[in-house]
Amino acid sequence: MRIAYDRTKCQGHGRCYALAPELFDADDEGYAVVRTTGPVPPELEKAAALAVDNCPEYAIELVPD
Amino acid sequence: MTDVDRAPIEDWATDFDHTHPDYAARAPEVWDELRDRCPVAHSDRQGGMWLPTRHADVAAIAHDTRRYSSEGVIVSPFKPVGMAPQGYAPPITSDPPFHAEARRLLLPAFSPKEISKLEPAARASCRELLDTALADGADVVDAARQYAQHIPVRVIAEMLGLPREDGDRFRVWIHRIIEAPGARRDIAYEDTLFYYLGQMVEDHRSHPRDDLIGFLIGAEMDGKPLATEHIVGTIGLLLIAGIDTTWSAIGASLWHLAQRPDDRRRLVEDPAVLPFAVEEMLRFYAPVTMARIVADDEVELGGQTLGHRDWVLLPFPSANRDPEAFDRADEFVIDRERNRHVAFGLGIHRCLGSNLARLELTVAIDEWMRRIPDFELADPDAVLWSTGQVRGPRQLPIRLLHPEAL
Repeated sequence: MRIAYDRTKCQGHGRCYALAPELFDADDEGYAVVRTTGPVPPELEKAAALAVDNCPEYAIELVPD
Repeated sequence: MTDVDRAPIEDWATDFDHTHPDYAARAPEVWDELRDRCPVAHSDRQGGMWLPTRHADVAAIAHDTRRYSSEGVIVSPFKPVGMAPQGYAPPITSDPPFHAEARRLLLPAFSPKEISKLEPAARASCRELLDTALADGADVVDAARQYAQHIPVRVIAEMLGLPREDGDRFRVWIHRIIEAPGARRDIAYEDTLFYYLGQMVEDHRSHPRDDLIGFLIGAEMDGKPLATEHIVGTIGLLLIAGIDTTWSAIGASLWHLAQRPDDRRRLVEDPAVLPFAVEEMLRFYAPVTMARIVADDEVELGGQTLGHRDWVLLPFPSANRDPEAFDRADEFVIDRERNRHVAFGLGIHRCLGSNLARLELTVAIDEWMRRIPDFELADPDAVLWSTGQVRGPRQLPIRLLHPEAL
């Protein structure tokens, strides 16, 4: 699975980089930045799912490779 | 807290009143009832206002800045007029296109990285408040008045560059502006928040300081310095929004824990659950109901027709309890893993201070639980909830259990 992140929906709630810091970072204004472009490694799948399931704006999805 | 006795509300669907003491006492029941029976309620009070209660409707309004203006965000009989797109307290009262730049100025100061620097001071403040409250072996503490209400005041006053000794004055203004808007008209201008902040800004201009007021004095939009009304409006917003809200969330969380030994035990035995517990507190006890003014001629919503310039409340706490949006919506689940709660709003007006609020709530619960792991409501009937658009306990006597072990 890969991360699909929609910057136009992101409002900087900051749930993703709090719950999955290996996969997401914050820019200087608090908007999310995806740290990886490739497939999500198996050991981070749980963290990726948490990031998806806690985004109030539905800005993150996991999509098949 | 209300200044006069009021007649009971006969029908919340057609005559609701969010400033009524019965709403303060049982708002979650009102939302649940309305969501089933009449999801977009109406009232002729305050010049005409609407109360959507479903997550989908609240989200749709929050995301629609064309048909719903933020020119007014606190419902009162006095509706702001002719102030869009800047509004009286930018950026919360601003509409596009003014909003984006006014908000962008402030975002870096409230980013997670900047806010995390405040943690040691916030912890020290909580410990000091607990030391004071528990001095002389007290076993009953008013968690709202002796603890929760002071925590955000100290942090935000420091950030903005206002004397923290003025905390009592801030709370008087907050009560007037948020909890009882329009209730009094006999107030001298010299006794208003905006007059006070104007004086503070002038003082910063003559004695420059490295704080948020100083930053805004030096900031520019479109190559021009900010007008004094813009600076005063923004500082007023940050002060009001930064105090009442977090104080309410901390108080409501302690009210919850006082009645739930299972959740107290879980926090003590499994500290890793704290971040999830904080989010569930925010979902279940979201303090803030925002408001908008209908900007179109009319808007269809949930089978109702909203008229031009009507008030619309955005009860984020009701959206957070909508079973269409959350599994087991009516249960507090301390380790909830799927939690898209909207305590901080949705869309372009997402709470600017959300990182600060999370830090303060987390630290306040953590320090309380380290010091007072076991406690109960000293007198459930003495708990008083605020009226208006920010919901939280204003009086919360709590009795320590096993104080001899402390």
